[in-house]
Amino acid sequence: MGTETSDIIDILAGIEPGSSLDGIRARRLQARENAQKSYVALFEPVDFADVAAAERYAVAAFVAGVHDEPAAAGFYFARLAKAADRLDWVDALKAEIERARTQGPYGAFPAGPLSVEDKAGLIYRVAGDGQRVLGARLAAALEHAHLLVFRPRDAAPAAMQALLDAGWSTTAIVTLSQLVAFLSFQVRAVAGLRTLGASLGHHADAAAQAS
Amino acid sequence: MSDSIVVHANRNEPVVFTQDELGWLPWLDPFPEEDLTERHWAGLVDRSRAKSDYFRLLVRDPEVLEARTKTDKDIFYNTADGLPRAERELAAAATSRYNGCIYCASVHARFATVHSKRRDDVQRLLDEGVGAGLGARWNAIVRASVALASTPIAFGKQHVEELRGVGLDDAEIVDVINSAAFFNWANRLMLSLGEPTKGADA
Repeated sequence: MGTETSDIIDILAGIEPGSSLDGIRARRLQARENAQKSYVALFEPVDFADVAAAERYAVAAFVAGVHDEPAAAGFYFARLAKAADRLDWVDALKAEIERARTQGPYGAFPAGPLSVEDKAGLIYRVAGDGQRVLGARLAAALEHAHLLVFRPRDAAPAAMQALLDAGWSTTAIVTLSQLVAFLSFQVRAVAGLRTLGASLGHHADAAAQAS
Repeated sequence: MSDSIVVHANRNEPVVFTQDELGWLPWLDPFPEEDLTERHWAGLVDRSRAKSDYFRLLVRDPEVLEARTKTDKDIFYNTADGLPRAERELAAAATSRYNGCIYCASVHARFATVHSKRRDDVQRLLDEGVGAGLGARWNAIVRASVALASTPIAFGKQHVEELRGVGLDDAEIVDVINSAAFFNWANRLMLSLGEPTKGADA
């Protein structure tokens, strides 16, 4: 059970106990502990209520995958495999990640002076094969996740309606939105800390060479 | 239960980035204030947040809201050491400008102005966007925030080196990373669960 209680950001960013970054993160203990509690609340909740465990891991794997963050994607795929016997989902999600990859953020601002900054891009829809394997409810969640990740400024009430139509309750939409938004934070905290950690390694090397 | 979206008849949408106080209108029903239980109050963290439609919508998943709020507070308000508050707010405002969250940008641009006294520079970030020239130190923080907000994430060792070059130590760089990363969470909630409106919330 060790990995269930270990700090996921530390694991994914490769932060070792006693390292310099471990010490820096300890100075924001509330932030560190509550980022972890956010993970626990989303993936090991007191009750899965409106969103099934497999749905949570599937969306998380998709979000990490479209961010091109293989460590995080692998982490959530592994948990999906443990939570549900859905190898068909894994293959379908990997295919959808390939179709969904693009560069963000893009989208439209409210009509007016900012319209000159509008940027067109992929309006992602799950393919027919993906729809069949994943089902309409999860497919709607992936389409919404893509909207949130790449073009959040395009969000509109119609996107909420699409989720309601696919069987997502108001409370489930809140949980789904938190999950995608949290993942958007988590992969960035990991990427930032990993990059900073790597630069510290280079510093240590440089210091060793100089001495 | 048949849930439905909330339609707002009298919308007064801001169409530019601003430091003015804005309101926010939810597209889904907030949890009714009179039905809040102890579990919800714990999720709200501050009891005054029960007056906010935004927090009463998020409190439908109370444990996530509680952890989110405590993460937010430590990243921005724990100023015993590390990056000055003004520059944490700058990272939040720049991230919001880049992602296109007019509401979040208004709040954190105001905070950046209050703590830095550099209202005109903050306004240029809002007016001109993340390419505005704000001096080497602020430019480095904005560039790092933008690189982190990009998908795929474009934050690389050149951003770390630029931040070091303008005088940030490793703990301060972690504050930039945390502040910018956190707003990729906040922006997506504010942008996707409702919309800004001119005029402050009551």
